[in-house]
Amino acid sequence: MTPSLRTENLTIRFGGHAAVNDVTCAFQPGELTVIVGPNGAGKTTWFNLVSGQLTPSAGRIFKGDEEITRLSPSARAGMGIGRAFQLTSLFPKLSVEENVRLAVQANHKAGFQIFRRAAALTELRDAAHEFLARARLQNVAHLPAATLPHGDQRKLEVAMLMAMQPDIYMFDEPTAGMSVDEAPVILDLIAEIKKDSSKTILLVEHKMDVVRALADRIVVLHNGELIADGKPDEVMALPIVREIYLGISQEKAA
Amino acid sequence: MISQPLANDTISAPGMSKARTGRMIVYAIVGLIGLALLFAPFLFPEVRSQEVAARICVFIVLVASYDLLLGYTGIVSFAHTMFFGLGAYGAAIALKTMGRGFDAILLGGAAGVAAALVLAILIGLLSLRVKAIFFAMITLAAASVMLVLASQLSDFTGGEDGMTYQIPRFFSPATKLLTDADGKVLRIFDVALDGKIALYYFVFLTSLALFLVMARIVASPLGTVLEAIRENELRAEAIGYRVVLYRTAIFCIAAVIAALAGIVRAVWLKYTGPEVALSFAIMIDILLMVVIGGMGTLIGAIIGVVIMSLAQFYLKDLMQVAADATSGVPLLPELLNPDRWLLWLGVLFILLVYFFPAGIAGTLLGKGGTK
Repeated sequence: MTPSLRTENLTIRFGGHAAVNDVTCAFQPGELTVIVGPNGAGKTTWFNLVSGQLTPSAGRIFKGDEEITRLSPSARAGMGIGRAFQLTSLFPKLSVEENVRLAVQANHKAGFQIFRRAAALTELRDAAHEFLARARLQNVAHLPAATLPHGDQRKLEVAMLMAMQPDIYMFDEPTAGMSVDEAPVILDLIAEIKKDSSKTILLVEHKMDVVRALADRIVVLHNGELIADGKPDEVMALPIVREIYLGISQEKAA
Repeated sequence: MISQPLANDTISAPGMSKARTGRMIVYAIVGLIGLALLFAPFLFPEVRSQEVAARICVFIVLVASYDLLLGYTGIVSFAHTMFFGLGAYGAAIALKTMGRGFDAILLGGAAGVAAALVLAILIGLLSLRVKAIFFAMITLAAASVMLVLASQLSDFTGGEDGMTYQIPRFFSPATKLLTDADGKVLRIFDVALDGKIALYYFVFLTSLALFLVMARIVASPLGTVLEAIRENELRAEAIGYRVVLYRTAIFCIAAVIAALAGIVRAVWLKYTGPEVALSFAIMIDILLMVVIGGMGTLIGAIIGVVIMSLAQFYLKDLMQVAADATSGVPLLPELLNPDRWLLWLGVLFILLVYFFPAGIAGTLLGKGGTK
């Protein structure tokens, strides 16, 4: 089967430092891959290369059979690569509903319509409300996004990603900064997306225990290089991974 | 989950009612202004008041179109008077060379609008990719070039002096719109229904139509995308909007509307020159009006334009009255001397910005206040 997403020898250098170095890997539809690694391992940089915020120094990126290495972020979004951000990245003064509606609108290619009132476009609004309901945000739909508590902002981030209805979902630490009782809402949403076996899900996460139950596969990045790739139990059992991973845990505990 | 709706109600209730009062005040003010402009020829029949009313109409369009750029999309441009001037000069040159006909207005206006559109596309595609500050500089340069061109190509433009011309006979005082039983021009409230009235309503209705077009744009899906670009450009790009394309599109729309406003201004004034159509003084007026009214509200343009225009036209008179009234008091008449009107305009501006940090409409509608 053709992988839904593939990177070939993907490399980016900032000055002399290779933040992502020669990473080759492929992802299948219906697969949820968790990308782990210590801070500065290149996880977010690799994400930025795939979603188009950065252009690689070397290597290629394919979605299905199409090469997307040099396409703009908006073109990639239009092709079905959806990205949520680590630091919540919303439209702060717009309402929660408008935030989600923008994503729906982009998906409907309705951005340039000027002869209809946006608020009257029921198909856009209904779709937006469906995603708000799934993220349990329907009660705050009218509030400006900036006024939401952090946990709700993360949920909104996920709702916007779902509203784009991409083939490839990229989550960058979706539960970062969330309380223990809030995080499951996000994980439930991801689990729900996973039920559709045509979707590919990539997840950057520090807290392995949080996503262990969801992961089909784990990719470990370290100093920009891919050092392990496989089933969660196998990968976590590798000595090098234990060393790096437990090393971080100890640092974090200290 | 159960507690969530309750919690939200407590958060939003006071804010909501305050915003509602603010919205009522803004709509009431705008409604009054609208009525005043609609009946201006009958309410304020003097020549000077007519001039103020017509200028307010045109500037509402000009300032609102600038708000599409600055307030909605976050584009800083100094070339807005250039587009205004292109429309005005297009109509003016055609009226001068072709004579006083509607065909001249249409043809010259169309040429001016087309020139504005082409320039906007060029500037937009070439430079909306770059950082905001560089874009602002590029527009400043383009506007300066246009100003120099207008004064140098004096064969076409009349140079620094500008040019006067005649407008269609339909707009002249001799035209009788309605006649009474004796065949004389009909008068309502002692105001003759002649071509001058027709000219005012040409200005008013064109401005109203253009404003409604803009109101539709900001309420449309496009309007939300523009705000999204202002709020978070990277995210807008990431969910699939080609930011450069949207920026260029709105830059072109604003340019065309500004050019149309220029045509109306040229027809009303029967004169076009750098001072009234191209100068940077107008650009500064536009900026002040947008900021006073409230960026990103569109409706704020109406309030900003009215306050600034009234101050510019009547502050001197008011100060003369005040100076005369206080003539016995030491110092005060000196301070209130009409020659110092710019000082008081500055004070007024500072007070407005202090009490309405997001502009009058912006603050009352509860839009922002932070940025």
